[in-house]
Amino acid sequence: MEHFPILSIITFLPLIGVFFILMIKGENADQRAKHVALFTTVFTFIVSLILWFTFDKTTADFQFVEKAAWLGDNINYHMGVDGISILFVMLTTFIMPIVILTGWISVKSRVKEYLIAFLILETLMIGVFCALDLVLFYLFFEGGLIPMFLIIGVWGGKNRVYASYKLFLYTLLGSVLMLLAMMYMYFQAGTTDIPTLMAYDFAIDAQTWLFLAFFASFAVKVPMWPVHTWLPDAHVQAPTAGSVILAGVLLKMGGYGFLRFSLPMFPVASVDLAWLIYTLSVIAIIYTSLVALMQDDMKKMIAYSSVAHMGFVTLGIFAFNVQGIEGAIMVMLAHGLVASALFLCVGVIYDRLHTREIDRYGGLVNIMPRYALVFMFFTMAAVGLPGTGNFVGELLVLIGLFKVNIWAAFFAATGLVLGAAYMLWLYRKVVFGELVKPDLKAMLDLSKREILIFAPLIFFTIWMGVYPSTFMDFMHVSVENLVTNHQAALSAVAETMAP
Amino acid sequence: MTETLLPDLAPAYGEIFMAIGAMALLMLGVFRGNKSTELVSLLTAAVMIITLIITVTWNSTAVYTFENMFVVDRFTSFMKILVLVASALAVFMSMQYFKDEKEERFEYPILVLLATLGMMVMISANDLMSLYMGLELQSLSLYVLASIRRDSELATEAGLKYFVLGALSSGILLFGSSLIYGFVGSTNFTVIGETLSQASHGPDIGVIIGMVLVLAGLAFKISAVPFHMWTPDVYQGAPTPVTAFFAVAPKVAALALLVRVLYVPFGEMSESWTQVIVFMSLASMVLGSVAAVVQTNIKRLMAYSSIGHIGFALVGLAAGSQEGLRGLVIYMAIYLVMNVGTFACILAMRRKDGMVEDISDLAGLAQTRPAMATALGIFMLSLAGIPPLAGFWGKWYVFKAVIATAVADPMATNYGLITLAVIGVIASVVGAYYYLNIIKVMFFNEPEAEFVLQKSRKLKAIMGVSAALMVLFLLPQINAPVLEYARMAAAALIS
Repeated sequence: MEHFPILSIITFLPLIGVFFILMIKGENADQRAKHVALFTTVFTFIVSLILWFTFDKTTADFQFVEKAAWLGDNINYHMGVDGISILFVMLTTFIMPIVILTGWISVKSRVKEYLIAFLILETLMIGVFCALDLVLFYLFFEGGLIPMFLIIGVWGGKNRVYASYKLFLYTLLGSVLMLLAMMYMYFQAGTTDIPTLMAYDFAIDAQTWLFLAFFASFAVKVPMWPVHTWLPDAHVQAPTAGSVILAGVLLKMGGYGFLRFSLPMFPVASVDLAWLIYTLSVIAIIYTSLVALMQDDMKKMIAYSSVAHMGFVTLGIFAFNVQGIEGAIMVMLAHGLVASALFLCVGVIYDRLHTREIDRYGGLVNIMPRYALVFMFFTMAAVGLPGTGNFVGELLVLIGLFKVNIWAAFFAATGLVLGAAYMLWLYRKVVFGELVKPDLKAMLDLSKREILIFAPLIFFTIWMGVYPSTFMDFMHVSVENLVTNHQAALSAVAETMAP
Repeated sequence: MTETLLPDLAPAYGEIFMAIGAMALLMLGVFRGNKSTELVSLLTAAVMIITLIITVTWNSTAVYTFENMFVVDRFTSFMKILVLVASALAVFMSMQYFKDEKEERFEYPILVLLATLGMMVMISANDLMSLYMGLELQSLSLYVLASIRRDSELATEAGLKYFVLGALSSGILLFGSSLIYGFVGSTNFTVIGETLSQASHGPDIGVIIGMVLVLAGLAFKISAVPFHMWTPDVYQGAPTPVTAFFAVAPKVAALALLVRVLYVPFGEMSESWTQVIVFMSLASMVLGSVAAVVQTNIKRLMAYSSIGHIGFALVGLAAGSQEGLRGLVIYMAIYLVMNVGTFACILAMRRKDGMVEDISDLAGLAQTRPAMATALGIFMLSLAGIPPLAGFWGKWYVFKAVIATAVADPMATNYGLITLAVIGVIASVVGAYYYLNIIKVMFFNEPEAEFVLQKSRKLKAIMGVSAALMVLFLLPQINAPVLEYARMAAAALIS
């Protein structure tokens, strides 16, 4: 029976918003466009709640599947979600209204185009997580570069051109290699259908190359050391809303890619090359944490902390066990909220003083107590305080990792300490101390709009920390299935290798 | 079959109609003078459209006529459709330009028509003689077109340069043809192919040299590296509508001819020519991407871009399979739309004091002319091959084919093709840099001076429709007919 194409509706709803924004003309157009955009994103979120409540948590199969002939030659329009991707879809639809609210006041030029870029980006991001066909996935994955390029380039800071180019070319270079690998896989398996490819056994020596090609794309996207350098630039130059979407959703595409493609499709190569991932991730955690300690720009510091957190994600994924992978997903979700919130915290004071230099601030607690509280909460969440989502995720990652590689786990755990060091240092410099700088005295505390933005973020961060089962229940069966299949593939190979 | 005095004319009805039409229009122009340019242009386009209809209705398997010198099959039909569409659009786009420049000449559309006729003959050529005839009819018209603004130094230089180098390449091609005739004993493609396949030993060295020389002559026409030197100067020097015409139709025709020459007479020697094609493809992609980075003139940039794109199209030929040929055909179809759209935008770059063609003149276009900036932005991203735009699909089909060939090799040692693919996609990333640069200038920079409002509805329509096609190509309703027709076209040459 044909069911309701809910995934397509969620994916393409934002485009309808784009259409309406294009129609808006005349007086007060900007303001009306903002309302349309906000309404569209909220409505998309509400529709996506249907997924949330009707999702069957007891099966690892893809649900809400839609399939239609597209390009012929076994390349189809195939959408569906499992327990892993549904969480990312929800994350995206949840973050988007916040993103639209973020630029409510601070964006003054070319407002309609700004909103259109974000809405198109939302479509592409949801599409990435729903696509069950490699070509379709690639379209959404790469297409997202275009709006992001424009968001940074048009509405970004002083050095925006450099940052936008770097983002675009780095990502594109990684992706085209993945594209070639996709073509190879298509030729071998005769289809680009993701579920079919997951079950397909690629020759072992081919797996290594395919893995590396996909790795080139996802490592840039995650980003992993040493290809992370586009991220600090992009974050610093992007408008606040751009940073939020970048940290909140776009970085997760890399981790999602590893989970969806690398592990299930190239099981042997994943295990063979796990050392590479461990090494790069551990370097990322420790090195970028140290780099973060040295920053004088707030956004840059949080950007580096993102790289470190993503190190946990890759470590967790390549632990190949249920705890590690579930931890990785939890870190991604929690980081999506917390890093977004931290960029918002920076944005709040940036909107008022137009600088992100840490030394220009100090003693904000005296005049902005509510802000100090919110910032404190998210600082603690980023550090991984028990009771927040990050703690659950990082703990699970470390548990999973200890089972397979004690040294990697040891170094990663060290990174946690460094993470606490720079976050607390940042918080102390900005919020505590005497209020001596004259231009700070006129700063206003959080407005109603800003509180409205932060409230849901705080709420869900605590929810994830206190009762993670809500989220874990969704992913559990899918992750278990992933791990089981992975081990089955490995033992099958081991059997054929045995004399 | 009964012997008749007249050969079967039916397959060539389109060409015959065009020739008669060109003569009639020439008369009209001569008697009515330059006043009639607009009328002649419209009638030229009408002739092309009628020819297009004749071509479309002729849909059958291969038919030979004129002593087997002329062939019509699905491949020629597809390529002719592309050429006719490109030429007709070029005529439409030129009308406003010549009016604005007060340079109206009735010869212009007629020369375009004659060049197009030459291209049609090239595409249908099945003999070295008809090949040369079509090629020269096309080239001689193009030389004149390049310098149609005879009071402009740049245009004259462009025309002269094109003529000298073009004549050289024709000479090389003729020399190659004579070698082939000398060693094989026939000028007919089919006969050459049969003779070579029946030879007990491999092909004579003379045939190989002849083939490479013919290849070099044709490579000049498609401006593949290392025979690309004329392209940037001619593109820049020629009046913009002429450049718009040069960018698409002649390339499609010459590429179609190249494909036929390689597959019909020299299909047996694919090992020899694959190396040449791989090299040309690789060099064109890399040079087209790298050299474009430093350009400041948009027409010059488009010249390097076209070199790069020919490199990508040749990837499909390097694959040496039906799938590869299909990729090439699709690539050219998409290339046509992208280029026509881009040149429509370039033609709209006009200030009060005349045309401008520096990239920096586009500054802030997103604020002054948002619709045009969006369209040009779409073309640039499409040329760069960013999904989901059409340019990506062109690259997708050619690279997919080359990967398939490389992997299908039972020895799995065809590293040359894998290298080609890897370097090709990396070159496309380098290329993305300069396409992005145009977007940067339009969207990130502040406007300086506005362009005059474009009066020509034709230009606007071409821009809009092409941009929409770029975006909507991913819909099966739009891509399915193209894919299907391209498959049939490829199957006509390689079974």
